[in-house]
Amino acid sequence: MASPIDWQLATVAAARDETTTVRTLTLALPAWPGHRPGQHVDLRLTAEDGYSVERSYSIASEPERGAEIDITVERIPDGEVSPFLHEVVVPGDRLEVRGPIGGYFVWESSLGGPLFLVGGGSGVVPLMAMLRHRARSGSTVPARLLFSCRGPDDAIYRAEIDTLAAADPAFDVAYTFTRVQPPGWTGYTRRVDRAMLAEVIEPLGSAARTFICGPTALVEVAANALVGLGVAADRVRTERFGPSGT
Amino acid sequence: MDPDDPAAERMLDGNAVAGTLGAVFGADVTLVPGRCAHCGAVNMVGALRAWVGGPGSVLRCPACDSVVIRIVTTPRGTLVDVRGAAYLRFEQR
Repeated sequence: MASPIDWQLATVAAARDETTTVRTLTLALPAWPGHRPGQHVDLRLTAEDGYSVERSYSIASEPERGAEIDITVERIPDGEVSPFLHEVVVPGDRLEVRGPIGGYFVWESSLGGPLFLVGGGSGVVPLMAMLRHRARSGSTVPARLLFSCRGPDDAIYRAEIDTLAAADPAFDVAYTFTRVQPPGWTGYTRRVDRAMLAEVIEPLGSAARTFICGPTALVEVAANALVGLGVAADRVRTERFGPSGT
Repeated sequence: MDPDDPAAERMLDGNAVAGTLGAVFGADVTLVPGRCAHCGAVNMVGALRAWVGGPGSVLRCPACDSVVIRIVTTPRGTLVDVRGAAYLRFEQR
């Protein structure tokens, strides 16, 4: 079994498009030690001349999947790595992967709830691992996801999230579509702010374990607001992805 | 974070260097509490503010912005400067 600090060769087992700019790669790993929801992997690409570049990708799949993991990659225009993962990589290719990494941004059902997840854009990826794990483990802790995206076509995993919400009375999702809204939309249309967070977290209460992931600006606003709303600082866990793509 | 500074969006956190530091320390560091040598605030490494992409990476105290950890990766090894931390507390195993 490989250590999480060792690089190992993963084989791309499958690839599927989630949106027009987001793709999920399923990686099969020969010596995968298992992971916890919220952790990520580092991926390393090395050119023939020895030049190498590394990126981190949150694991989208639940640990219950076994020795296969999903990573969901947003295509960044002019990016060094994501265009390669979108346009060049095909099933059968091998990628160097290290992980799983990180114990700080982790939720598993044994930690209990309530659980409040705030995601912006591709920040929803590690939160999805938590939600998939919550469903697979049969957890009934109250959970809510506040998901900010440009529009419904950019909401990664939307169909799956809506299905989970419809099937589970203890789980709810609130979307805020900041640029384009579906016809007849009566939900949020603005960027995440304190008032929105107060409304969405209200049924869960300030004892909720909260996880915020996405563009740095969103994470800063949400983390400060949640502490201001009475959530204990050690129950606000954050993972910043840097500048948003827009 | 200064909302008027466009560079502020590039700020990450300790999760972004967790793989590098994990390889150095042989253990996950994101849950390791560290005390800022400047202001005394204690935060887990995962919560430190990270600036990457320069000649090295720096992790800054969320309370006072002082540099807590500095990381430079060179062909001959990874240099880690923790003088900005009064301590890093690793769990006994």
